[in-house]
Amino acid sequence: MADYVNHLLFGWYPYLCLTVFLLGSWVRFDREQYTWRSGSSQLLRRKQLMWGSNLFHVGILVIFLGHCVGLLTPIAIFDALGISHSFKQMLAIVVGGTAGLMCLVGIVLLTHRRLTDPRIRATSSFSDIAILLILFAQLLLGLSTIFVSLGHLDGHEMVKFMNWAQGVLTLQTDAWLNVSDVSPIFKLHLVLGMTIFLLFPFTRLVHIWSAPVWYFGRQGYQIVRSRKTLPAGE
Amino acid sequence: MKIRAQIAMVLNLDKCIGCHTCSITCKNVWTSREGVEYAWFNNVETKPGIGYPKDWENQKKWNGGWTRKADGSIEPKIGAKWRVLANIFANPDLPEIDDYYEPFTFDYEHLQKAPELEAFPTARPRSLITGERMEKIEGGPNWEEILGGEFSKRSADYNFEGVQKQMYGEFENTFMMYLPRLCEHCLNPACVASCPSGAIYKREEDGVVLIDQDKCRGWRMCVSGCPYKKIYYNWSSGKSEKCILCYPRLEAGQPTVCSETCVGRIRYLGVILYDADRIEAAASEKDEKKLYQAQLKVFLDPNDPAVIAQARADGVPDAWLEAAKRSPVWKMAMDWKIAFPLHPEYRTLPMVWYVPPLSPIQSAAEAGKMGMDGAMPDVRSLRIPLRYLANLLTAGDERPVALGLERMLAMRAYMRSKTIDGVIDEKIAAQVGMTPAEIEEMYQIMAIANYEDRFVIPTAHRESSEDALELRGSCGFSFGNGCSGGETPVNLFGGPKKPSVKTPMEVE
Repeated sequence: MADYVNHLLFGWYPYLCLTVFLLGSWVRFDREQYTWRSGSSQLLRRKQLMWGSNLFHVGILVIFLGHCVGLLTPIAIFDALGISHSFKQMLAIVVGGTAGLMCLVGIVLLTHRRLTDPRIRATSSFSDIAILLILFAQLLLGLSTIFVSLGHLDGHEMVKFMNWAQGVLTLQTDAWLNVSDVSPIFKLHLVLGMTIFLLFPFTRLVHIWSAPVWYFGRQGYQIVRSRKTLPAGE
Repeated sequence: MKIRAQIAMVLNLDKCIGCHTCSITCKNVWTSREGVEYAWFNNVETKPGIGYPKDWENQKKWNGGWTRKADGSIEPKIGAKWRVLANIFANPDLPEIDDYYEPFTFDYEHLQKAPELEAFPTARPRSLITGERMEKIEGGPNWEEILGGEFSKRSADYNFEGVQKQMYGEFENTFMMYLPRLCEHCLNPACVASCPSGAIYKREEDGVVLIDQDKCRGWRMCVSGCPYKKIYYNWSSGKSEKCILCYPRLEAGQPTVCSETCVGRIRYLGVILYDADRIEAAASEKDEKKLYQAQLKVFLDPNDPAVIAQARADGVPDAWLEAAKRSPVWKMAMDWKIAFPLHPEYRTLPMVWYVPPLSPIQSAAEAGKMGMDGAMPDVRSLRIPLRYLANLLTAGDERPVALGLERMLAMRAYMRSKTIDGVIDEKIAAQVGMTPAEIEEMYQIMAIANYEDRFVIPTAHRESSEDALELRGSCGFSFGNGCSGGETPVNLFGGPKKPSVKTPMEVE
């Protein structure tokens, strides 16, 4: 039974989540661009947002990029660079822990603001509040994995997650076996993390796709649109 | 030279009576929706005053417009591109809704439904954001109407810069003017420059600046970038919105709603030809006081054969070239030099221009407070209003404003002499460097202000870019998603938010 649940959650569920994440984002971008937005509430209340939003976003970006690099870089590359597994794990704990604390302060401010400020509360949708609380829970789970990790600093557990994540993305059907024996805290963190991908297209999180990095590449500043560049109805 | 055409506007402040018809009709058409209740694409301010949103002209506070760097180039005052992106999580230069006002409605229903009471029932205010009772309304879109409030607060007006404080107090009761404001549809728009998504653009064919509602992601940098604070963040849709110069009407040759409904007939719409290649140099002019003159050099004479030939080559339709020759905007801005840009020091090269009001001069003259130059009041002896208007319209350069005022006074004196005394007094015209014929034309357009003289709007030439047959049976103009008309019904990706306020109102 335990095997079945593990296979389901870490073997099949990732593909459900990734498919919904990609297809959902695509369909929403294609069909409902008017709903595609960051959903900022800064206009209605500046208080708590300046610190809250900056800390939250910087923290979560570091965490997100850290997860991407840490999980998806093949372990052979670290070995070739001479980075030991235990050192990599300590790096992850220190950088992730610091960014996690930043993010925690930010999300506490933002959650307090969203739930208690009458203006923000009244103008929040169900999904605005739900996704914030889910991210909050995921952050707390992530931070609590640090205490589990401190129990085994040899990097062995970490390699399991790397193998799992890389196995999932390279369609290894037995990838789930890598994480079938890890601490329940990690399992919860993984499942909730995948759930966030599942919910992603249905929430304001879609604004992450639109991080406007292209702004740097814009020639000059002005944009003029010409009708003449449209195909002339041939 | 790259010639483009723009529909520009002039507002004759001398005739504005501050009736707010423009604001109301605009509001009813464009911003009577959830999320933009607080937004007025067109609003009318009483000056002197700090305006709406509060203190919008103070760019030390809001960092709107452009700044000229030491190397002579310009960049948005909110910062270079990396700075804009660094501030994307929390924009330090964004006004809060209280800097505009908290939108409200009243419990009107209570007036009809109240049970028998000892006191008359009243309609009490209720917030349109939270739906909660508002015990006190702290502000509104026109909080300083007809010099409402204390002078000490209104005198924080940025345009008093360079005027001695004790002196302008004397003008408290004589100096008042109205300033209707809308998007300036600038040649060098700072909102376009500061939009990280590239959602804001200027239309090549008529110069209208628009926000692509599908591409806008709500990073809200444009709200800060625009020095006129004429971009509004819709807190409900999460997109920014702005005046669209009623482009669906313009395309059909009709004036904007604010212009059409102006009872004082103060608004003028016409074509201005400009050289797009000169914009950057003009906006980068070193001396702020010369920015007005620099902008004049961007405009091109519609009667110059070389300009006409080049405009044709650049694809400006002939009907637009003909309209440009009859453009009231060209006449007022370029021929007679009586219309001026609003705050050229922001370096955006605004395209909604203003004819300064004579009222402060006139009232001072009637009170015997100023010298006379022959039959005409000596404008230049009236330091304070002149300085104030110059701060508003020419970045502090008083000479062009003085000449503009003199020409308008000359028009009055000339026409009075003609119609009352029956004498054509050419001296008056010559005194301000004009011919009697010019004064007569000025009178026809400014004073008589016939509809067809005020609005010279060529229709859009869409046939050059799209096949009308394919448009047959399509939805035409709509907000939001394709044909949905701005209504987002419940679907896979969530429904629209419930309105926070219910009608009919429930009453405690």
